[in-house]
Amino acid sequence: MTDAPAPVLAAELIRWSWVGDHLDDIRGYLFQHVQLTVLAVLFGLLLAFPLALVAVRWPRTYSPVLGFTGVLFTIPSLALFILLIPFTGLSVRTSLIGLTIYTLLILVRNIVEGLRGVDPDVREAAQAMGYTPARQLLQVELPLALPVIMAGIRIATVTTIGLVTVTALIGQGGLGRLFIDGFTLNFTTPIVVGIVLSALLAFAADLALVGLQRQLTPWARSRGS
Amino acid sequence: MISFESVTKRFGDGTTAVDNLDLEVPEGDLTVLVGPSGCGKTTTLRMINRMIEASSGRILVDGQDIAKVDPPELRRRIGYVIQQVGLFPHRTVGDNIATVPELVGWDKRRTEARVGELLELVGLPAEVRDRYPHQLSGGQRQRVGVARALAVDPPIMLMDEPFGAVDPIVRSRLQDEFLRLQQEVRKTIVFVTHDIDEAIKMGDRIAIFRQGGHLEQYAPPDELLAEPATDFVADFLGAERGLKRLALIPVSAVKAESGPVVSPDDDGQAGLTAAEAYGSDWVVVVDGDRRLLGWAHAGEAAERGRVGDAEIRPFQLQVRAEDSLRAALNAMVQSRTGVAVRVSDGDRYEGIVTLELLSKEIS
Repeated sequence: MTDAPAPVLAAELIRWSWVGDHLDDIRGYLFQHVQLTVLAVLFGLLLAFPLALVAVRWPRTYSPVLGFTGVLFTIPSLALFILLIPFTGLSVRTSLIGLTIYTLLILVRNIVEGLRGVDPDVREAAQAMGYTPARQLLQVELPLALPVIMAGIRIATVTTIGLVTVTALIGQGGLGRLFIDGFTLNFTTPIVVGIVLSALLAFAADLALVGLQRQLTPWARSRGS
Repeated sequence: MISFESVTKRFGDGTTAVDNLDLEVPEGDLTVLVGPSGCGKTTTLRMINRMIEASSGRILVDGQDIAKVDPPELRRRIGYVIQQVGLFPHRTVGDNIATVPELVGWDKRRTEARVGELLELVGLPAEVRDRYPHQLSGGQRQRVGVARALAVDPPIMLMDEPFGAVDPIVRSRLQDEFLRLQQEVRKTIVFVTHDIDEAIKMGDRIAIFRQGGHLEQYAPPDELLAEPATDFVADFLGAERGLKRLALIPVSAVKAESGPVVSPDDDGQAGLTAAEAYGSDWVVVVDGDRRLLGWAHAGEAAERGRVGDAEIRPFQLQVRAEDSLRAALNAMVQSRTGVAVRVSDGDRYEGIVTLELLSKEIS
């Protein structure tokens, strides 16, 4: 009864020789992962800004805008990608469209909240000094909303880095491809490498964004700690 | 000059903030709009730079209808200071002050020079230039606000409770400094406050508003206090109207009485006679150059023989020509003699001011 063979535990969690043999592949996946993330967040910002500006200018549109992006956000990611395939195929486009849609809710909400959080006295002063509305937005309101907007960009970036792996199922996926490889080969090494690298990537991206924010908001640095 | 011609402002909810206002703000004067909350004073102010648009009527600035001027263009020519200051937290003090020069496209050198000049004008040390607003005290922030409003030397300044957010001591100092500054720059200023004492202190002219945006009276402070046009104005000025008015009138406005004056060498009996002739029991003692020495009891002088043998007591408070009658009244109530003694800059005796003279002046 106790003759059952000892379970063939993956004797080792990671086989370094495999890693060494596949460095080029891994580098390529990592590059694609970064590329998909950056593009998705960038497109997200390009779409979120006009939406947020409309929502700030006409407050009645805020609830519908938020509701719509919220509904998009709740669609399971795999379902969304599959829904898109008939239109855009198993392409980078499909994964980018999906990833961009998921950034919208966070970005729109943070841009709107950031702009709304600007001290009304500061806004009044800017208007009374003779700023035109566009210049006031660019030179006064956006810089002051930046910390909240950056917080949104950070969440959107980290979320997207996680979501990119899902797009492996439609033939994209960056580091997510390693999960598929590992799963089909029943071999843990690629999975471990994928997990570690995407976690590191998320961490590094977040750190870089924090650094960027510090550079962009010198006035906040002199505030008492 | 700023003219309101039958200006009315009705808000969307149907309330009338300003009701058919006619008002002329003279050039180079500080005009105060004062009244309880909801009287339309701030609305009136904000219509001048089109932060709020009038519902009907016309507002002219130097003869030009402001409705025909592009609002940002108009606002760059009008300085604006508010209670909460509204400094830009993301810009240094220097950059805050440089806001309007930058908007109107001054070159860098001219702007830099102007910022330095303005810091000095409002009494801020040069090293605050590179600080951020949150690193300054409330009073310093308020000065930066004034400097920013003055940056391109606009002929007109609008000030909405500019000293309302600082403590009373700082407020009083900022008021004094601002009045001195105004002597120098002579802007046409419209100043909003709910504090009648501030209005009296700051204003060349005061416009008193009542709820619903009615202008009740528009007059120099002195005239307002002397002849309040309506019960509302009288109430708003408060029960101490007479005292407030005294604060506005200089001692030189009343002709001082010569009073019972003697020198220390005079005979005590002569002193007593002088006092009795004046109707007092004391004499003012001056030296040969008419320098004020103090006062003495006339009876004590007569007993001792010579005026100088009696105890000569100093007048604790003395007034000068430029002091207010309120200061004179204060000197009276604090002196045993019941009069205020007026002296020249060289401490020479010029006469005495009595309560009777005061009440004759203000009644």
